[in-house]
Formats: sequence, C-alpha cells, structure tokens
Amino acid sequence: MVSVARRDVDTAGLQSRGLRMGIGAALLLLAVAAEHGFKSLDVSTFYFLAVIAIIYVPPWETVPGVGRYARATIAMIIAFTYPFVWDKLFTVPIFGAFPSVPTGVVMLVFIMMAVGLNIVVGYAGLLDLGYVAFYAIGAYVAAWFASVQFAHVNVHFGAVGVGQNVPGFHISVWLLLIAAGFLTAMVGVVIGLPTLRLRGDYLAIVTLGFGEILPQIARNSDNFFGTGFNLTNGPNGITPIDAPGFFGVNYLTGSGTFWTSERLFYWTGLLLLLFTIFCSVRLRDSRLGRAWIAIREDETAAAAMGVPLMRTKTWAYASGAFFGGIAGAYYASFKSATFPGDFFFNISVFILCMVILGGMGNIWGVIFGAAFLSYLDQEGLADSGSWISTHLHLNFNVPEYESGIFGVILLVVMLFRPEGLIPSTRRAAEFHEGVSDEPLYDVRHGGA
Amino acid sequence: MVTEASRQPLAGGTGYRPSVTSIVGLSLVALLLAWLGVNFYKTPADFIQIFLIGFTLGALYALIALGYTLVYGILELINFAHGDVFMLGSMMAVTVVGTTLFNLHQGEAWYVLWPLVIVALLICMAFCGGLNVTVELIAYRRLRHAPRLAPLITAIGASFILQNIGLAWKGPNYVQTASVLPTGTVFSTHGVEYTWEKLIVLIVTTPVLLILVWLVQRTRQGKAMRAVAQDTDAAAMMGINVNRTISFTFLIAGALAGVAGLLYALYAGSVRFDQGFQLGLIAFTAAVFGGIGNLPGAVLGAVLIGLIQAFNEGLNWHAPGSDWTQSIVFTLLILILVFRPEGLLGERTPEGG
Repeated sequence: MVSVARRDVDTAGLQSRGLRMGIGAALLLLAVAAEHGFKSLDVSTFYFLAVIAIIYVPPWETVPGVGRYARATIAMIIAFTYPFVWDKLFTVPIFGAFPSVPTGVVMLVFIMMAVGLNIVVGYAGLLDLGYVAFYAIGAYVAAWFASVQFAHVNVHFGAVGVGQNVPGFHISVWLLLIAAGFLTAMVGVVIGLPTLRLRGDYLAIVTLGFGEILPQIARNSDNFFGTGFNLTNGPNGITPIDAPGFFGVNYLTGSGTFWTSERLFYWTGLLLLLFTIFCSVRLRDSRLGRAWIAIREDETAAAAMGVPLMRTKTWAYASGAFFGGIAGAYYASFKSATFPGDFFFNISVFILCMVILGGMGNIWGVIFGAAFLSYLDQEGLADSGSWISTHLHLNFNVPEYESGIFGVILLVVMLFRPEGLIPSTRRAAEFHEGVSDEPLYDVRHGGA
Repeated sequence: MVTEASRQPLAGGTGYRPSVTSIVGLSLVALLLAWLGVNFYKTPADFIQIFLIGFTLGALYALIALGYTLVYGILELINFAHGDVFMLGSMMAVTVVGTTLFNLHQGEAWYVLWPLVIVALLICMAFCGGLNVTVELIAYRRLRHAPRLAPLITAIGASFILQNIGLAWKGPNYVQTASVLPTGTVFSTHGVEYTWEKLIVLIVTTPVLLILVWLVQRTRQGKAMRAVAQDTDAAAMMGINVNRTISFTFLIAGALAGVAGLLYALYAGSVRFDQGFQLGLIAFTAAVFGGIGNLPGAVLGAVLIGLIQAFNEGLNWHAPGSDWTQSIVFTLLILILVFRPEGLLGERTPEGG
C-alpha cells in the first residue's frame, strides 16, 4: 500500500534534488552554449532569472500570505508576456529560436488535451488509446456550427465578423466551445458505459477501436450512409471555420498592431488552459479525484470501501473528454479547418506520449511533457533536422521519423523511468512498489 | 453491482434464459445470413469467387492472429508490435525475392522455383522470429512484474519504432514484389476461377499450422509453453526455464508472422511500411473473435474475419464497400469485447484441448 502525505503529491517532483540539479545544469549549459550569446541581454536574463526563481527558491511557501502564489504568479507573467519577447530571446543550440506565437497556440491546445487525457490515464489509471476521437468530435462541432457547411440554412447567433447573408450555421465560437465540451463529455459517457467494466488492456483496445471508427465515419460521411446528405464533406474536410471574436473584434483580423490575430488566439488559449488546469487540480483534490486514485491503486479495495466503480470511472472519462472536446473545437477554429486526416491513431499516441513523458498523474509534469513534445512536433524536429543536415552533412529527414522518435520516448521512459520526468511521488511509488493490478471484473474469469 | 445483470452467461449453465444481448446478437447473425443468402441467389458465381478470396485472406490472417494469441496466452500481453514484425517480414520477402538468384530462375520449372521459395520462407521466418525475440528482450522482459499497462505502452512504442524502420528501409511508397509464383487458374467451372496464388497460400499455410499444433501439443518445449501459460511460478518451480520458454514463444510467433509476410508480399504484390498496423489490428480482432489464447479459435476467427472482409468489399447487393471495412471490423471487435469477451470458442489457454 502506498502512503504519502497529500500535500506532497504535486510538488514532489520539483523537490527531488537530482531533478533540480539536472534542470539547473541543462539551463546553464543552454545559456553558455547559446549560439550567439544572449541577443538582447535584458529580456533573456529576466526570463532566465524568473525560471530559476520558480524552480530554485524553495522557501516561497514560507513567505506568509502571498508566498504560496508566488510561483504561479511568476509562471503566469512569463506565459502572458511571451508573445512580446519570443523573438528577442537567445538562440538555443541545435533547436534554434524559441517557438513562435502560432506554435505557442498549438502547444497550448495540445497541453489542454494532455491535461484532459491525464485525468483518464493519470488519475483514474484507465489507458485510453482513442483520445483523438474526442478531439475530432470537438473539431467537427466547431466546423458544423461555424462554417458554410450546411448552406441550406442561414442561422446566425453571436458570430463576430460574419456577414448576415452568409449561409450556414454561424454560432458564436464561445458557445460552441462549451457545447463541444458537453457533447464530447456525453459521447465519452456513451462510449464509457458499456466498455468501462472491461479490464485495462481490453479497454485500451476498445478505445482504440472507437478512435479508428470515428475518423472513418468522418471520412465517408460526405454521403452520409448512402443518404446523399453531406455531413462532413469527406476527405476534403470543412474549411473555413469562423474565428472567435468579441466587441466587434474578429480574431482572424485582429485589431491594430497590439491585438494581432496570433496574440489574441494565444492569450485566449492560455485562459482556456488555465481554466483546464484549475478544474483538473480541483477535481484531483475532490472526493471524486480521490476515488479515481483509489481505483487506480486497487480496484477491489476501492469497491470494498464503497467507491462506485462504474460511476467514478465514467466521470473520469467524461471529464477527460470534456477538455478534449474544448481543445478540439478551439484548435479547429484557430486552424480554420478540420480534416478527417487530422485524427489518426498517431495523435492519440502522441498525446499519450506527452502524459507519460511528463509523469502520469502529475499535472505539472504533463504540462512540461506536452509543451516539449508539441514544440518538437511543430518546430523542434524540423529545426534540429536542418541543423543536422547542415552541420553533420547527413541526409536524414528528421520530421519524417517523428512517430519513431515518439516510439523511442515511450519505450525509454517506460523502461527506465516509468513514473515520468516530473512524477507525483504517489505514482512513482506505485510503479516501484507495485499495485494490486487484478481488476475486480475480470472478463476472462467471468463476473457472475 | 451494476454489471451483474449484463453478465449472464450466453450459453450453458442451469436455468438458461435467453438474455436481451443474445437475442439481439442472434437476430443480427440471422440478418447477416439472410443478406448473404440473397447475394448468393443473385450472383452465385461471384459469391463463390468472393468466398474463395475471403478464405485465402483468412488463412493469411490466421498466421498473424496466431502470433497474437500465442503471446497473449503466455504473457497476457497484447503485442502491438506484432503487426509491424509481420510488415518487416513482408519487406524482407520483397528483398529476398528481388535478389538476382530469384531473377535468374523466374519462370523456371517448379523443381527449381519451389526450393527457392522455401529458402526465402526460411529466411523470412528466421528474420521475423529473431526480431520478435529481440522486441521481447528489449521492451517486455524488464516489465514482466510492472503494472499491466506498462508493457502495453512499450508495445505501442516498439510498434512505432518498427514501423519507422520499415519506412527507413523501403521508403514511404508501395514496394512492388517480383512475381515469381505461377499465374493462371487451377480449375474453372461455371464462371468460378480458382487461381494458383490462392491455392499456394493454402498449400503453405496448412502444413505450417499442423507443425504448430504438433509443436505445442507433442513436444517437450510445447509442454513447457503450456505450463508457463498456466502458471508461471509453478512452472519455474518445476525447473522450466521461464525466460527461455517465453523467448521461444516469441520466436514461433515471429516465424508465423514471417510466413505471413512472405505470402502477403507474393499474394498482394505490393507492401508498404504502414500495412502492419492495419492488418495487425484486423488479425488481433480475429484472435479476440475466436477467443484470445485459443489456437483453433484464432484460425476460426481469422477465416471468419477474412470472409467478412471479402464479402463486404466484393458483394454487389447492399454491401458497404471497402471504405467501411475497418469500421466494420472494429465494431465487431468492440461488440465481442463488450458482450462476449471470451470469444467464440470460450475460455481456453494455448494448451488447447
């Protein structure tokens, strides 16, 4: 049985001395090896000191009153001011410049999804290999109700910057985000109810099945089950999708030089992410969250203590799906397009990889893992690939082998540090001391 | 408990009453048979032709499905990487068949060609067997006592790595196989043509399956496999080398994937790096369909899945078509896992029976 004082749960990773030393050494190396030194000393130094302040000033908590908010405040200042400074920061060796703001938006979306998946995989311990299905549903909700897809109707409600005579549904994207979240959560419940009584690996396969079926339906539904009804526009996808907006400012065009399109998308994404993190943390510490962890550690014992297994698992599924749906809808609106080809099994594994690399169950670890991997996906691999081909003269197309690289990450992390880079102490103990892994309803031995 | 009501056994037991599930299931099967009947009545020759295609596909799937079921029987692990081992096997087959030795003897008499094919087969079997053993050694062995999800995740990782090895080896496009097998028909009656390539798949598959049954049921090593599958600790206490037995199981599973790889490369004519994932999942569905861990079940399930796929893609009257094959197979998988997870042939471990 694992017993750890509760307040240790989330910051435990950062308190590990070795890890801090490691991050410190990495940062130092980075600063020393920065290819052209610090481009603009003031900004870079400030960021550098801020990051160090988050990690290396342990007695923040002892400062009375504001102390416990200090870390979060510094982190938020860094995140919110990022669009002003990203091009003024120093250059990282091999990887090049820091991610641009549009890349930042994509990173934020993927962090949201990873935090959502973390509820299912990290908290409740249910392996979900079809998370991309929720992302797809969210994206298609945005696509249906904020585009010209259904041109035979003309419904406008709160959309900013769309002419009144443009056909199709044009509902405000803000409402669609909420709608996508709830619809996806409902789909999660519908998928979950029959399947969640399966044991772990069977559940993984069933979710994988759903994750493969839904995109295929999307691909084939330009002629919806032979009825001639064009539901999804098939492989051509639905594009363009309305951008969100408020006070008459459309996100697509922005307003002036300060409120540019990419900055608006970035800050909104950041707010959505903060909402997700807040919900995730509060859920974890709630009665429900403790029930999830209990199920993860020992299903039989949890059931004996009166935790309703099915209901608790279904809630985990629904909450995870909720954030996946919101992220999907927001991403579709940002990209202004959705294609069935976006929803491959790779994406499910990609998001799973983020959760595992960062540390299952620890939200800060997951955020780190997701930020790093989605950066690699968007810019890092291409940049490091071009560095390799110019400096090492190797004809090696790095982005082409992306899934293989993620495969290596999955393998190496699971073999050598199964609790992830920044683990929660509790999860680490489970991996090292073992848990009671025998499920209560083992389909092979029959329940009744 | 919530699930008690839906966990009624589908057959047997005392006081058997048909549950809603089984009534719905049986009526679906009846609908399916009716659909097949109408199709047969409308175009009998096509129907039989498609049946033969499906049966051949099923034989191929059986070879892959057995790999899943063998490994599952002994480790209770879904070996995600198996489909990609099969894919690399088919790439090996393309390479071997494309060598000069083969080119020299293309279209040669059967007594020259067949030994060459058998050599190619042995090369593919050894290659895939070795590969599968390596995967086990690297990705699964350390995690034998870890939580159940850990090896599943490394299996996915291994699958992606192997897929990228295939990509690096043969590039992103389809690779054509040199055609070495005899073409033409074995017999042809009433518009039904049975081609050589189909027969050859069966000619190769049948003895392989028989050898497998002999290996598992009659040899000492097979007895060790069955013992480890039943109870690893007890088997170890009886002096069985568990690690070696598990490696041996992976070797056999890989060899079967190698056979399937060669046959697929020759039968389908082209291979690509991402075929393993799709076909692997279909074969896994077959293994679950028949009852995972059950050798005859895997073959039965594979043949049924092959037939379902062929009928779906080939028949004229109200067939969904190849766009939907994947969805149909996965729907079937989900339905089986949810309503009859022990599969068609029920719970039996690879010791067979």
